[in-house]
Amino acid sequence: MGNTDAANKNVRFTAVFFSNEDDLKACAMEARLRGINVYDVFSPFPVHGIDAAVGLEPSRLTWIGFIAGVFGLSFALVLQVWTSAYDWALNVGGKPFNSFPLFIPVAFELTVLFAGLISIGVLFMRNRLWIFSKKKIFDGVTDDRFVLVLQQMDASLDTKKARLLFEKYNAVEITEGDEFV
Amino acid sequence: MAVPMEKLGLSKHEARLQNRIDRIAEHPVYSPLRKPLIKGDKTHGDVSADISRIHEGKAGAAWWVAFAIAVTFLVTGLIAGYLTVTIGIGTWGLNKTVGWAFDITNFVFWIGIGHAGTFISAILYLFNQKWRTSINRSAEAMTLIAVMCAGVFPIIHMGRPWLFYWVLPYPNTRGTLWVNFRSPLLWDFFAISTYFTISLVFWYLGLVPDLATARDRATTKWRKRFYTILALGWNGSNRTWSRYETVYGMLAALATPLVLSVHSIVSFDFATSLIPGWHSTIFPPYFVAGAVFSGFAMVMTLMIVVRKVMNLQDYITIKHLDNMCKVTLLTGSIVGLAYITELFIGFYSGNPNEIFMIINRVLGPYAWAYWIMFGCNALIPQLFWFKRFRTTIPLIFAISILVNVGMWFERFVIITTSLHRDYLPSSWVMYFPTPVELGLLLGSFGLFFTAFLLFLRLFPVISVNEVKGVLRYGKH
Repeated sequence: MGNTDAANKNVRFTAVFFSNEDDLKACAMEARLRGINVYDVFSPFPVHGIDAAVGLEPSRLTWIGFIAGVFGLSFALVLQVWTSAYDWALNVGGKPFNSFPLFIPVAFELTVLFAGLISIGVLFMRNRLWIFSKKKIFDGVTDDRFVLVLQQMDASLDTKKARLLFEKYNAVEITEGDEFV
Repeated sequence: MAVPMEKLGLSKHEARLQNRIDRIAEHPVYSPLRKPLIKGDKTHGDVSADISRIHEGKAGAAWWVAFAIAVTFLVTGLIAGYLTVTIGIGTWGLNKTVGWAFDITNFVFWIGIGHAGTFISAILYLFNQKWRTSINRSAEAMTLIAVMCAGVFPIIHMGRPWLFYWVLPYPNTRGTLWVNFRSPLLWDFFAISTYFTISLVFWYLGLVPDLATARDRATTKWRKRFYTILALGWNGSNRTWSRYETVYGMLAALATPLVLSVHSIVSFDFATSLIPGWHSTIFPPYFVAGAVFSGFAMVMTLMIVVRKVMNLQDYITIKHLDNMCKVTLLTGSIVGLAYITELFIGFYSGNPNEIFMIINRVLGPYAWAYWIMFGCNALIPQLFWFKRFRTTIPLIFAISILVNVGMWFERFVIITTSLHRDYLPSSWVMYFPTPVELGLLLGSFGLFFTAFLLFLRLFPVISVNEVKGVLRYGKH
């Protein structure tokens, strides 16, 4: 999936609309097989197996979650040990100042809190999801239509043959354009 | 780049891919053993329309009546809260022997109710239980609201609720006197605030694609603006979906131990004390099972009403209710086992204080509450062994209400019977709630139903995108 080279004058985008996920998936796979560049796929719900069909690598966001979790855990342990045993050590019922096992619940909660919030934050940033977002939204894509957007890097795409391919998978509408936001 | 199609020389890998393409195109593979989850041969468009019509259309008379009652309860609660804060905790029936009673009962009751939502959305997600898609949205909303209701009680019990932020570990002018991290009450604060936050973002994340559906269907200017802001420009791109699913799965994996930790920590409030009847290692699993049990009962109570009033019988089917009944049966049986284990261990300990507490709990002045608890939680859900009881809606509804009542009494029994006859017979007393306390309980129900009714009017009550994903389930 290439999405670079948007400045290239020859880049054209073809949006092919389908009415179900199987046609979309099969058409995406075949287009890719035939050397057509699949730019992105739009659907009302996550279509299973589509990542493999269009060759999308698994997301690395799990690593962000892991790192955020480790950070939350360290922060919680340092905070508790430092405040309870060093900064102002209080004798509570004769318990040791560094009562490590008793720090586990808060450490666990903060691990989850950091991992969850940071990974969602990064997800929103990475997908540029925010309240003033001005993304292109295809008609009906949040309802019942599935869109395959193909990217043409040069003039070599055989338009007639491509149309045949789209028809083979019951495309309901085909639009073309020079720009895609 | 582009290869002329007729000249296609396929490698082994490509031939396999081509073979797969043809198979998918001709014969989608579905299990013949599974029945469809959604009735009535819905198309993707039908799903958007059926579910959106609930929050797009006008609120019916039933909604307004329910809303008026809920707001009345809420106002009662506000008056009771005002009296509590201005006059003091003396307006409650607490005394020097029974220092915790009605408020902590309500707190644990609501926190327990708040466990079903995340159980459904996280644990059932990890176990790939597709039937969760029809109920997870409303169960998660219920969770959030229940946790809010729960949070009110410990805060007003502080007496000076405007200083509740003192439980945060922040540098302060009291010489930076830090909070006591060894106290389960502090763990509670961290557990509940984390649980609320994670449940909120989990719910919102699941809601974003549906808010985009609502945005694209909106016809009036204000609706459009409202949903445009909330939908964050969602356009259904597969890159977005791919990352979204990764994060959703990760949150589910994080929320699963979180659900278990929250009620475990609530049970530590009791278990780490030295009060007979509280000081018990069985508490964490016993409380967690009870929480899921009461949460599912509340989900069933709400869903039975919602599916009827909102005409969602095709989406929330008997099969869904049947499955929820089975979870209730399982968790109810665990709770029943815990009751019996508690009785046994009380005697087995040989500790005269424990033995006295058990006898006092089962046969003492609060025996009526104990037997309401035992009957409603351990005995009545056993009826769910029979398919007839799991598939007859009025029976499910009645049992779910009884479970709610029983679980409220469970917390009352645990808290009050352990306290009211302490080590010193001269300080033995009875505890009864005052009208202010009853007002607060009523108010919490008011808050719960007011917020839930507003949720029904603002957001898709069923996850539109997830239901679309399971439409094919069991069809061939």
